[in-house]
Amino acid sequence: MARKQSTRRTIVLTAVAWTIGILLFFPIFWTAVAAFKTESDAYTLPQNFLTTPWTLENFGIVQERSDYLRYIFNTSVIVILSTLLGLLLAIPAAWSMAFAPQAEATSKLSGWTWLAIILASLVICFLGLYFTDWKPANAFVGIVLLLIFVVPASLWAWTRRTHDGLLWMLSTKMMPPAGALIPIYLIFNRNGLVFKDWGWINLSDYNIMDSFWGMVPLMTLLNLPIIIWMLFTYFKEIPVGILEAARMDGASLWNELARVLTPMALPGIASTCLLNLILSWNEAFWSLNLTNKYAAPLSFFISEYSSPEGQFWAKLSAASIMAIAPILVIGWFSQKQLVRGLTFGAVK
Amino acid sequence: MATRQAQALGRLALAPSVIALAAWSFVPLALTIYFAFLRYNLQDPDNTGWAGFSNFYYFFKDPYFLKDLINTLLLVGSVIVTTVVGGVLLALLLDQPFWGRGIVRLLMISPFFIMPTVSSLVWKNLIMHPVFGLLAGIQRLFGAHQPIDWFGTYPRFSVALIVSWQWLPYAALILLTALQSLDEEQKDAAAMDGAPPLSYFYHIVLPHLARPITVVILIETIFLLNIFAEIKVTSVGGFAGNLTYLVFSQLNDATDVGMAAAGGLVAVVLANIVSAFLVRMVGKNLEA
Repeated sequence: MARKQSTRRTIVLTAVAWTIGILLFFPIFWTAVAAFKTESDAYTLPQNFLTTPWTLENFGIVQERSDYLRYIFNTSVIVILSTLLGLLLAIPAAWSMAFAPQAEATSKLSGWTWLAIILASLVICFLGLYFTDWKPANAFVGIVLLLIFVVPASLWAWTRRTHDGLLWMLSTKMMPPAGALIPIYLIFNRNGLVFKDWGWINLSDYNIMDSFWGMVPLMTLLNLPIIIWMLFTYFKEIPVGILEAARMDGASLWNELARVLTPMALPGIASTCLLNLILSWNEAFWSLNLTNKYAAPLSFFISEYSSPEGQFWAKLSAASIMAIAPILVIGWFSQKQLVRGLTFGAVK
Repeated sequence: MATRQAQALGRLALAPSVIALAAWSFVPLALTIYFAFLRYNLQDPDNTGWAGFSNFYYFFKDPYFLKDLINTLLLVGSVIVTTVVGGVLLALLLDQPFWGRGIVRLLMISPFFIMPTVSSLVWKNLIMHPVFGLLAGIQRLFGAHQPIDWFGTYPRFSVALIVSWQWLPYAALILLTALQSLDEEQKDAAAMDGAPPLSYFYHIVLPHLARPITVVILIETIFLLNIFAEIKVTSVGGFAGNLTYLVFSQLNDATDVGMAAAGGLVAVVLANIVSAFLVRMVGKNLEA
């Protein structure tokens, strides 16, 4: 009796769950189907799947008209280089937090003192700018002003106990891009508007707008907190004794990191890379604002389809499928590992 | 225990990341504060100098400010309600045994991996287009002569729908993970006592999910405050723009750096209110 009821229950649940699953997936399915239709068929409603001639020509046209391969190359460069750079910074940092944690803050100053110091340095910078007529007179003044502000801020963050330091790193991920857009845009800008008055060096010659030199470090910084965070949680699971044994045997720090820790944590590092891959692949805010040609990634490539010329749905669909397919497959394979990184560890 | 030498090395290994993140988080913020008090328009390079609080004054007086602030809150609020309620239901469903659970899970999670520009254009054109869209076709099937022009008539709803579609899988995945960590013994005990499903849900499942739900709400809020691509690409910024979009258009269309910076600071303050709570919650769980 109970068994029969539970079979019926399973059937009902299966039907409901599949309906919802298909409904949620439907827009993607619909796009995939439209990608293989001719333009005029893509607009026809209701669709007649039996008589529709299927075609691959859209993919060719997309490549021909908007050079898909260049955009996927750009995306790959940005994603891969920023992930590698991120790992290079994050592995030592996560190692330090997981295996040599600081239980107490190393500076004796209280939080209020630090706040006062940082605010004071900000005020000094403002005064400096005021007396130089709101524009640094030359590069030297500019760099000094920058250091006056950055050094105390970095020192504050650096001397935190590990617990607070990690929280601070995570909190940098929560800064809204709208708050950073203006300075980043101006620093990146072709005309070097912020710094062009700097006497002996004309920084406008070195603009990084729409270049990999700008996008790769930016993408690294965007995701660095999450990389460090995830690596930290994976490193925590490795017994500290193994690293100490390596150290006893006279392994240098480099060998300890590269030959002992990295191979052991490889699964964790791999899933960290995957999450980073997905996040930077789909990043849109900075890509739309800071690129338009040379370093433009796939999110920009698709946004170009927002101003239609004639019938374009089949092409839009083909372009969309080409842009999402790689990351969708990667996402499917790594979904179980993603939860850890997506909640900053606040859900276990 | 780590030796003193290891501690020192550890500090050193931490330094590059700390400097990078400190520069990344403090310098743009300081510069934004700096610009917010400056007369600085890209079209008017001769007009420079100290602006006092006038950037803020004009930003708050801008009719778009109030509208976009309300839009921001409406978007965040409606998407959170949709995704959390939907996420709980989906998680409960996926926690049950049925055939093909793995595949349904994959189907359901997929929207989260779609880049925002793609989902915006696909929804705007293939699904919600007033003439050729799928929804228009369905409406005609039921005899409507004038199918709804979703983005024209209900721009805010349309954006919220797209964003909800993207974030529902996120909420569901996190809540499902949380649900699966529910104590088996507690489940069995409840089943043994013959607890009716609703009261089981109310007294056991919901308290267990309270914390993950809070985390989902906080994290979603932080990301939803920054929704940009969906509004820009569907070109509804004039009607359904949010604060992020307003800052962008102050910079791009009005080329007023000072005013955009003032707007950026408002966005920072809004986000900080939320992240203060989130950091506290993360901190409680953090063993370091």
